Amino acid sequence: MKLRTLTLGLLSASALAFAAHAESITIATVNNGDMVRMQKLTDDFTKANPDIQLNWVTLEENVLRERVTTDIATKGGQYDVMTIGTYEVPIWAKQSWLLPLDKLGDDYDVKDIIPAIAGGLSVDGKLYAAPFYGESSFVMYRKDLMEKAGLKMPDAPTWDFIKQAADKMTDRANGVNGVCLRGKAGWGENMAFLTAMSNSFGARWFDENWKPQFDQPEWKNTLQFYVDLMKADGPEGASSNGFNENLALFQQGKCGMWIDATVAASFVSDPKASQVADKVGYALAPDNGLGKRGNWLWAWSLAIPAGTQKADAAEKFVSWATSKHYAELVASKEGWANVPPGTRSSLYANAEYQKAAPFAKMTLDSINAADPTHPTVKPVPYVGVQFVAIPEFQGLGTTVGQLFSAALAGQSSVDDALKQAQDAATAAMTEGGYIK
Amino acid sequence: MARAVTTQHKTIATAAAWIVALLIFFPILYTIITSFKSEQEAIQGFALIPSGTMESYAEVQAQSGYFKFFLNSVILSVGSTVLALLVAVPAAWSMAFSPTKRTKDILMWMLSTKMMPAVAVLFPIYLIFRDTGLLDSRIGLTIMLMLINLPIVVWMLYTYFREIPGEILEAARMDGASLWNEIIHVLTPMAVPGIASTMLLNIILAWNEAFWTIRLTTTNAAPLTAFISSFSSPQGLFWAKLSAASTLAIAPILIMGWFSQKQLVRGLTFGAVK
Repeated sequence: MKLRTLTLGLLSASALAFAAHAESITIATVNNGDMVRMQKLTDDFTKANPDIQLNWVTLEENVLRERVTTDIATKGGQYDVMTIGTYEVPIWAKQSWLLPLDKLGDDYDVKDIIPAIAGGLSVDGKLYAAPFYGESSFVMYRKDLMEKAGLKMPDAPTWDFIKQAADKMTDRANGVNGVCLRGKAGWGENMAFLTAMSNSFGARWFDENWKPQFDQPEWKNTLQFYVDLMKADGPEGASSNGFNENLALFQQGKCGMWIDATVAASFVSDPKASQVADKVGYALAPDNGLGKRGNWLWAWSLAIPAGTQKADAAEKFVSWATSKHYAELVASKEGWANVPPGTRSSLYANAEYQKAAPFAKMTLDSINAADPTHPTVKPVPYVGVQFVAIPEFQGLGTTVGQLFSAALAGQSSVDDALKQAQDAATAAMTEGGYIK
Repeated sequence: MARAVTTQHKTIATAAAWIVALLIFFPILYTIITSFKSEQEAIQGFALIPSGTMESYAEVQAQSGYFKFFLNSVILSVGSTVLALLVAVPAAWSMAFSPTKRTKDILMWMLSTKMMPAVAVLFPIYLIFRDTGLLDSRIGLTIMLMLINLPIVVWMLYTYFREIPGEILEAARMDGASLWNEIIHVLTPMAVPGIASTMLLNIILAWNEAFWTIRLTTTNAAPLTAFISSFSSPQGLFWAKLSAASTLAIAPILIMGWFSQKQLVRGLTFGAVK
């Protein structure tokens, strides 16, 4: 009897020990302030889910993209949660590489996700990634310099106004450039800006039959305006400047205006980092009166690869990290200004957030002004505001980015750059079977 | 007069050597300087005097567990080096002392594998690692690093072994030494400087390898290269933190190189001047 009791006891203990054994999930992410903050706050999740252990893999953005693409394409199963953007989600979801997020919990409130963001992360009405933070782009400008120039920035400026203001604000003797814009080559660098800008000039990458459109006057107008503006009022060496370089210039007071990601607002208004924190105003991205603004839409989002063996645990984590509860947790620990922006409508209705983040309304208006499913003035066969959601775009976008960056640097003319872009796009589309 | 010219030449040669050495070392020095700057200072432009802040080191330490990555770097670089020597010493011995008419071709073929871009074989290697369960494992990565550096190890050892007179080995054979004794007791002691410098160089190469170590690992086997990579940020300033992480990552190998420089130089110049 004693032996049997002992055996049963041991078996039960082993079973309990097995059950209590924590399941570990691996999360691949980028080194952004919001992501780093999330890693620090995960105690809240593990306390509520003691059976789930979290392993983090933080990588440089391009390495992360390459790593997760390799893993997901080969069904390597190395990651259970991946941080991906609005470019990857529609492509990967169509390939059945991602699991639909349909078990996020009763209190998750999917309808609270900002519609434009949810639209960019859904395919056939199903959500394939939950937004962790979202962004659009807008104009950040120096109120003091604008006043000195005798101008008043409208809430919704035109490109002509931007040019006029940049000309007046430029003061090379004092190191002030009227405008700072991205010039560094890359599909996510200068081409994110230029593609969004081209939408407001009536341009498009492809017509309805996937024929490249760089030989059309709308693209010529876009690129000529950009190159002329930057030559007259941009910083020296602008063809090497991306987000971080322009951020540093603006924080040092060397830019009158900077048109870039809305997420930059928290950096330029931070008195610890920015010399011009109390002088920054915000406006919608410019337009040309054609019905589309030059702003983009992006969301770093959490998705679950189809190859994971731990889908339930992964979805629990995704639900926690993108929930209203997480926003409140960040607010309680680090203040409302540090809550990841651009994902939930309820955040923008919160009076405390509006008080802590003076750029909140303009951020929401900018996000709402972007429509990834109808990004251009003329009809297009693709989805995406500052990108074209097809697998070929990463390579093609970077090639075109290099050509346009060379035009900005004065190494080639606008006409040559556009002709070469047309040739490169035609070759890529032919090779991809889009056109004959 | 001749003495004056000699002194002048010596001074010029010394100055030239210092300039070249400083040029080579400058990127590392500037990384170390940048690590003691704030993020704002780091991006403001060229400046050799930092404010001396340690905030980047504090943030790097708070953000990632350095020691886990360091331990993986040690295991992978030492493990792959030992494994490479076990394979390369007999191979180089055979090619140096019993060459055939195909030996040169084999050596060239081995070297040619280093000329192929690594990314060209990323997918096949990834699939092999996936199917054998070696993804994110120290064993898998040790084998991978060994294979990557094996051509260089074989070539270096072959060059050193060629400098050893074959007659000494013949004499050992005449005295009845077996093949194993010949390698262990005759060849190895004579080739110690060469083997040591090969070992040191291989450790450095394995320590710095960043393509495969980042792509075949996630958490368990990730070495310091993955640690550095995690500090680059698409949105936000990161140069000071990245420099602090890089300084922490290269410090062990710099210190090792400093202490073993005599051995390293002796080995690398072994047989250069007869």
